[in-house]
Amino acid sequence: MLVTLARASLAGRRARTALAVVGVAVSAALLLDMVMLASGMRASFRELLDVRGFTIRLAPRGTLPFDTDARIDSAGAIMARLGANPDIVAVSPVLGGQLHVLGPGGGVTAVAIGINPAVQGDYTLRTGHDIAGPDQAVVSADLLAAAHARVGDTLDVAGGYDAQLRAVTRERRIVIAGTAHFIYTPANPKAMAMPLATLRAMTGAAGDPVSLFMLRLRAGADADSVQRWIERAIPRVSAVSTASALRQVDRRLSYFRQLAFILGSVSLTVGVLLVATLVTVSVNERLGEIAVMRAIGVSTRSIVAQVMLEGVAIMLAGATLGLGLGLVTAHYLNGILSQFPGLPAAIDFFLFQPRDAWVSLGLLALAGVLAGVYPAWRGASLPIAATLRDEAVA
Amino acid sequence: MSDAPLAVSARDLRRDYAMGDAPVHALQGVSLDVAAGDYAAIVGPSGCGKSTLLNLLGAIDRPTAGSVRIQGKPVESLSDREATRFRLLHIGFVFQRFYLMPALSAAENVELPMAEAGLSRAQRRARARELLRYVGLEARADHRPTQLSGGEQQRVAIARALANRPALLLCDEPTGELDAHTGAEIIALFERLNAGGTTIVVVTHDEELAAAARRVVHVKDGRILSDTRVR
Repeated sequence: MLVTLARASLAGRRARTALAVVGVAVSAALLLDMVMLASGMRASFRELLDVRGFTIRLAPRGTLPFDTDARIDSAGAIMARLGANPDIVAVSPVLGGQLHVLGPGGGVTAVAIGINPAVQGDYTLRTGHDIAGPDQAVVSADLLAAAHARVGDTLDVAGGYDAQLRAVTRERRIVIAGTAHFIYTPANPKAMAMPLATLRAMTGAAGDPVSLFMLRLRAGADADSVQRWIERAIPRVSAVSTASALRQVDRRLSYFRQLAFILGSVSLTVGVLLVATLVTVSVNERLGEIAVMRAIGVSTRSIVAQVMLEGVAIMLAGATLGLGLGLVTAHYLNGILSQFPGLPAAIDFFLFQPRDAWVSLGLLALAGVLAGVYPAWRGASLPIAATLRDEAVA
Repeated sequence: MSDAPLAVSARDLRRDYAMGDAPVHALQGVSLDVAAGDYAAIVGPSGCGKSTLLNLLGAIDRPTAGSVRIQGKPVESLSDREATRFRLLHIGFVFQRFYLMPALSAAENVELPMAEAGLSRAQRRARARELLRYVGLEARADHRPTQLSGGEQQRVAIARALANRPALLLCDEPTGELDAHTGAEIIALFERLNAGGTTIVVVTHDEELAAAARRVVHVKDGRILSDTRVR
């Protein structure tokens, strides 16, 4: 019966209810986006780090992976040292560089990654086959298109340019073994991966440098203790576990989270005020009706429940609409923010997680209850006789 | 004086209101007994305190001084929650403007007090049908108040007032919004109800309604001027 009355009260004022629902939907969309923003980038970053099962990364001392051009020298010695730790089951060396794919019209400059194809964690093969020889590479679809090439074609690739001679140097013929999705590169990359030794030779690197190592641990190994062991055993590197990388990200993203918290709180407050105003107006229009209900024995608890039900119903209807709206706006905003230079394309600022939707819905339902408090109190505390007298006079 | 037990007993009721700086003495020491099964009409000019008296008899207002007992229970000392429950189970109200819930059908309006009392849906429906049949509106059970005439709405309101089998039916100008013909139907309905044992107290300006009562109580300036048993 209370549900019928609450529904009828809302349905009886359709235009006003619809406007309130739309208002709450906008507020809910913003709230959802802010909740997604607060946790999305962190969760996305974690997914990115965990995607190939490498839980520790080594970078030159004092730097972070993906954060510097600095290199680690004597990589072979470090790999040998790492091999002594039984918790480390795989070591993937990665060297970053830049190569020039030669061709008519000036060619294409590409990001190059030198890896060990057997343990690499930088790409996922899409077509063709993986690298099987020193003069083979896998390339991104964008590079393939830019070079007007196909899988199986041979590219002329240079590792340097001599300004005095006006000529490219360290030229090599590379066969395209396949195409790949590159996990850590920005959107639409012109990228290629090749054997580590090939890239070293083409870039003229002296010794056996790498940009970073990615380590896979045996199941059950404690990443933190392995990290501490590495930093003791190899002082010239910084070891970053997924957990410590996330802590770094947390520090860097604290402004994002504060912004998200403030905007989320503002949107929630606006939603509460909007619904509280609407329900208060609705109660004020029904004072006589409520007084009669009280007179014939309807309890204050029932009146409070009915009014709060109206508030919660508006909030939840708005939240449902806002969920869709929030996802659309998050997708749009994500598209804009993903163009930020240097960020891996796989990073999502607004990552939808069911938990976020539940958190938003929970907050909005709570806000609906909160919005109903004042009008419910007003309805429940009416002086019955005086209200009926006023109604009769009116 | 009847030997029947008292349905309601008011003693030295006073009710003052603050209106600006000047207090209004709406009731100035009213005592009234209504026996179970009686049918009393309270009449008097506008502003004489009739409705105030009815509100006190119905436990929807509290006296400034004095006491009200309904079926022997002192209601002025009840908490708001207790008074609400007491009204729900022991008192039926009929208002001049019907005050049906516009969102509910006739049957649902009648069911409302029963739902609040905790009756099952089946019990409520059966009782609502029975009451609507009693007031001659069974065929209109599913109609909304806006689809009913004034007389029909008042009959639904009476059915609602009877839903929880109250000991006392209090009616405030129940024919005030009705034409003479429809008013006569309501008067006949009250007579039928009273003949069935329902105790009725009506506040009215309607001479025909007052004439149908067993007893007429004249109120003026917050006091009872006369209390006449007419049948």
